[in-house]
Formats: sequence, structure tokens, C-alpha cells
Amino acid sequence: MKIFKLSRNDTILMLGFAIAILLMPIWLQPIGAAYPDLLQKFAIFGLFAIGFNILFGLTGYLSFGHAVFLGIGSYTTVWTFKLLSMNVVPAVIFGTLLAGLFAVVIGYVSLRRTGIYFSILTLAFAQMSYNLAYSVLTPITNGETGLRVLRDDPRVLDGLFGVVQEGSPVGNFFGINMQGYPGFYFCAVVLIIGFFISLRIFRSPFGLKLTAIKSNQNRMRYTGFNTRPYLLWAFVISGMYAGMAGSLMAVTDPLAGAERMQWTASGEVVLMTILGGVGTLIGPMLGALLIKYFENIFSAFNESALHDMFSFLPSLLENLMVTVVHPFVGDGWHLTLGTLFMVIVIFLPGGLVEGVTRLFKRRKSDGVSAKNPGPES
Amino acid sequence: MDAILLQILNGLDKGGAYALIALGLTLVFGTLGVVNFAHGALFMLGAFCAVTFQKIMTFSKQVKDESITFFDAYKEIPYLEIWFGETGTMLIDWVVPLSILLAIPVMLLIGLIMERGLIQYFYKRSHAEQILVTFGLAIVIQEIIKSFFGANPIPTPAPEIVAGSANIGALFGLSDSVVYPYWRLIYLAFAFVVIGAVFAFLQFTTFGMVVRAGMADRETVSLLGINVERRFTIVFGIAAVVAGLAGVMYTPILPPDYHIGMDFLVLSFVVVVVGGMGSLAGAVAAGFLLGILQSFASMNEIKAIFPGIDQIIIYLVAVVILLTRPRGLLGRKGVMED
Repeated sequence: MKIFKLSRNDTILMLGFAIAILLMPIWLQPIGAAYPDLLQKFAIFGLFAIGFNILFGLTGYLSFGHAVFLGIGSYTTVWTFKLLSMNVVPAVIFGTLLAGLFAVVIGYVSLRRTGIYFSILTLAFAQMSYNLAYSVLTPITNGETGLRVLRDDPRVLDGLFGVVQEGSPVGNFFGINMQGYPGFYFCAVVLIIGFFISLRIFRSPFGLKLTAIKSNQNRMRYTGFNTRPYLLWAFVISGMYAGMAGSLMAVTDPLAGAERMQWTASGEVVLMTILGGVGTLIGPMLGALLIKYFENIFSAFNESALHDMFSFLPSLLENLMVTVVHPFVGDGWHLTLGTLFMVIVIFLPGGLVEGVTRLFKRRKSDGVSAKNPGPES
Repeated sequence: MDAILLQILNGLDKGGAYALIALGLTLVFGTLGVVNFAHGALFMLGAFCAVTFQKIMTFSKQVKDESITFFDAYKEIPYLEIWFGETGTMLIDWVVPLSILLAIPVMLLIGLIMERGLIQYFYKRSHAEQILVTFGLAIVIQEIIKSFFGANPIPTPAPEIVAGSANIGALFGLSDSVVYPYWRLIYLAFAFVVIGAVFAFLQFTTFGMVVRAGMADRETVSLLGINVERRFTIVFGIAAVVAGLAGVMYTPILPPDYHIGMDFLVLSFVVVVVGGMGSLAGAVAAGFLLGILQSFASMNEIKAIFPGIDQIIIYLVAVVILLTRPRGLLGRKGVMED
């Protein structure tokens, strides 16, 4: 089929990505990150960031409210679990579609403005949803406690097919429980499909139009090109990615809470995208991987672990190091996150991918200039 | 009638805080062209100036409690009380108003350091990058405060004299049911004074004139040989002081915790947008307006018709304003309109 046809480089990229993701349990072993819970997080947030990048990376529209779709995806999934079936396929589909629906509404309104106004509009919508989820919508969202799956929920479809749940209900994929490694592989497959779609979008005329909008929207308009439908599509697609990521969160752990919609959560995905590299294919995944990995490592440290770590130093230095490092780890992980955020935006706005390419270019140009010295030398 | 008056009063003190923060935001945006997401953090830092000052003032010594004779009991007596007796106790009581004296130089310093250390490198960068870097800064400031003061709200009471409530209703010839805490009235008056001072400073001093000229046409002013950038730096410092003072005085109303700034920031941005980006009068007007609107929306009668309206009213107004009148209530034509 034509849509599956890729150029040679892209095929290599796609294969490399798929293999790298599927083999994560093996190559992450040495750095102690190869346990299912964390791997699931990698895949889920990777998907979230890849979707966010379709909007921010291609069109340059900075949304500060993308976590709303994450929350909607989670809530819908849990409700599908409660009402229809513990099978994850309808749950993910419904979660994605409903998030898409909300994205149409929010996007239609927000995209009437550009720049900082767009950011504030999306932020306003996010805050509204968050506040409502906590207050009036409590019958749907179960407020602060969070929505969870119960044993005696109706589950119409399961009842119809005579599927019986034993113990506390968990999501399943036609009988395979979505916890531990099976859960990770399910997320990984969804992630790979998501990456493939994002690759197709980047290489398509549609993606080209989005990039053109980013570089100069006015010029596009002057040539008689209506940019709005394209922007809306980009917004909806990235919203659906976020919804899907939210669904997967609920699939691997069937509960949903309003804090997923808070604007700090939206900020986190922005950071992931920027850290990896805005507008690059692989960057967002890289950013998500790094942030979730370091979050995991850093939050685990406590004071005694730090003392162990620096125990090779003389005791005065050891205490000094512990006092310096201590605010950054454990509960203070957000401090590291904020610092990282600033450092990246200040020194490397293109993210890690840009950093690496710059490094390679310099090496290459160094090599070239060494071989054929320029006329001035 | 009583209820309406009460709601207006309720809205005004919150509106005062919104207006003060929004004023600083607009000032910074109008002069430096920078969208500062760390402005809420400055409000929070101001509040924690008061907390720190309170900590310093109540620095205590353990003294044996003579009134208990069964066992050795100790009580903490602040040094100030030991040294100055009655005067010391009074000083501790007046800690919040007094900490204004501490907050002004501290906030000015923080503002100047922030501007010279970080913001000045972002004049020419895109708004998205400005938002991101200041957002990161806000997180950093917030977390530093959290690691020093913990995550719980810290009560900082107002002086005892103004702890009660004023009977506003009797003043206007209405029933006695309209009572209102003194401190909130003070906050309101304080907000008006600070706003008035900022406007007077901009309107009646040479410095203010140059700043206004720079806001209107930066290039021409710098062509006249005036160092606009340095003045704008000072304006950033002033904005920081205004936000800080708003924070100091707000502590008796709402015990500060580390994310108080973020809560106010999002709303203040909405206020700025509603008032009109770059319009100082708009920011102040919208601040009070939205404060009052919010307190009306939280009336039970209104909530019975539109449940949950109090949670979203401000955002709803912002969405409507942005879609129908993008330059805001009092914004100038053509300033950041698209």
C-alpha cells in the first residue's frame, strides 16, 4: 500500500525506532530502568510528547493546556471500563475519540488567536476543565478521590460475552492482563504506530503546509491559502495523541484523577518536547525518556542514600555535597526540572537533537578544514 | 441590597491583588516586551518576606516556665519581648505592616537581579521562549521556597487592633448584617495607594515621562541619547516591588504557601488580557472588575442557576473577550492584537 511506503532513510529510522522501543527491557537493564512500570511511563509520555510536537513543532503554536486531553482520555477509558468492558481496545478507541472531540471545540475557539493569546486561551480552557472536574463534575470525575474501576460495575459487554473478572478488575487485551510487561508491550505497539503516523505527517504535504504556517502565516494567507482548517487538524491530531496517552495511563492502572489536567502537567510535556528538540521526529521521545528516567532516579534519593554516594569523600566535603545536592533530589525533583527547563531554553533552544547535530557538524567541518586548509591560512 | 454590597466588597480585596499583579505584568510587558510567567513567583516571594520577617522577629529563647512547679517546663519567649518588654510584644504584633519596610529593598533587589541576570537576554527572543524560561524560573523559585519553608501554609496574622470586622452596613444606612474585616479594607486602601503611587510616578516625574515615551516608541527615545534600557530595568524592579507588596499585605487574608504565586499568576494573566495587553489603566480596571465578578458568581443564588460558575467565570470572560475584542477592554489599537 502506498501509505506504508517510506524512503530508505525513513525505513531505517522507523525500524530502528521500533526495535529500540521493543528492546527497551533489555538495553535499559544496565541503568536499572527496565521494570514494567517505568517502561510503560516511557511509552505513554513518549506518545504524549510526539503528539504535542505535531502541534508545537510543526506549527509553532504553544499550547499550555494539552493535559486536558490527557485527563479526558483517562476519564473516558475508566468509564468504558466501568460501563462496557474491561477489554482495552474499545477503551482506548473511545478515549482517543472523545479527546479528539474536545480538541475540535477547544481548538476551534483557541486557534482564532495566535502567539501568547493562543497560549493563554488554551491555559484558560485547561484551568476551567480542571476546576470543573474538581467541583461540579464530581458525579462524573469523582472529584479529589479520583475515578476508579469497581468490582460491581455493570460492564454490559463483558456480561454479554460471559467474561468473568476474578479479583480486582484490570484492563485486558482479549484475555491478556494489561499489567507488567504485557501492558508495556501494548503501550509500545501503540507508541510505534503513533510514531509512524507522526513520521508520515512530517513527510506529507500536510506537514509541509504546517511548517509553512510556522515560518510565515501571513504570507500563506496572502497567497489565498486558508490556514485555519490545517491548524485545526493539527490541533485535533495532537489532542487525540494526548487522549490516547491518557487512555494508556488508565489502561495500565485503571484510575483517573483531575491532577492529570493541571497546567503543570501541560508544562511537563512542553519541557519534554523542548528538551529533546522541537520539530524533530525523535526529539520528543528522547525528552520523555530522559525526564521520566531522571524523575525516577532523582525522586528515589534520600539523605542517607546521598551520604552513601559521597562516602568516598572526606567527611567535611561529604556533608557539604549532601547539603548542596539534597534540595535537588527526592521531593525536590521539581527544582531540578525547573533548572533543566531554564538551562535548555537559554542555551539550547533546539534541544538535544540540535545539540548533537551541531556537535557532528563541528567535527565534520573541523575535519574538512584540517584536510583542505582555507585560502586565508 | 446588603448582599450586593457585601459581594462588591468581597470582590474588591481579591480584585486589589489581581490589579496589583496585573499592573506589574503590564508594566513589564509594555516596557521590556517580555511576557513574565515568573511574576506570580514575585508575589509569593513578597508574602514570604513577611513570613521571614515574622520568623526573625519571633526568634525565641527557651525560658523555664515558673508557673508550673510539678516538673521542669520550658516556654519560648521571643528575644524582642525579653529586650524591650511591651514594645517588643507590640512590634511582633505589627509584623506584617512592618515587613513592608523589609520587602521594598528586598524585592527591588530581586527584581533587578532577575532582570539583569536573565530577562535582558530574552528581549529579542520569541514570546514562546520568554514564557518557557520564566515558567522554568517560577518553578525554581517556588521549589526553593518549598525546601526552606515546607509545603504547608504559614499563618501570619494581622495586628490585633485590626483583627475585627467593620460594620459597613451601618455606615451606608443599611442593616447591620454587612460586616467586613478591617484588614481587607486596609488591603483595599493599600492597593489604591500603591496603584496611585505607580501612576503618579509615571505621570508626574521626568523618569516616568521617559518611561512612557519609551513604551510608546522605544527607538526614537534611544535615538535621543537616552539610555532606555537602564530605565526599563528599574521599571522591572518597581514591578517586582509592587507584586511583592501585594504579597506581603495579602498574608493575613490567605496564609501563604509555596504555590500561592502560581494560583494568582494564571488569573492575573487573564486579567491582563481582559484589560488589554500594554494598558495600565485596563489592567487595574479589569483586576477589580473580575474580582467583583468572581465574588458575585460565588453567591449561592447564582450557583443554583449555573452550578460551578464561580470556578470558571474569569476564564469564561477571558475567552469571550479574546474572541470578540482581542485588544481587551482598554487596549490600544494594534498592540498585540492578532
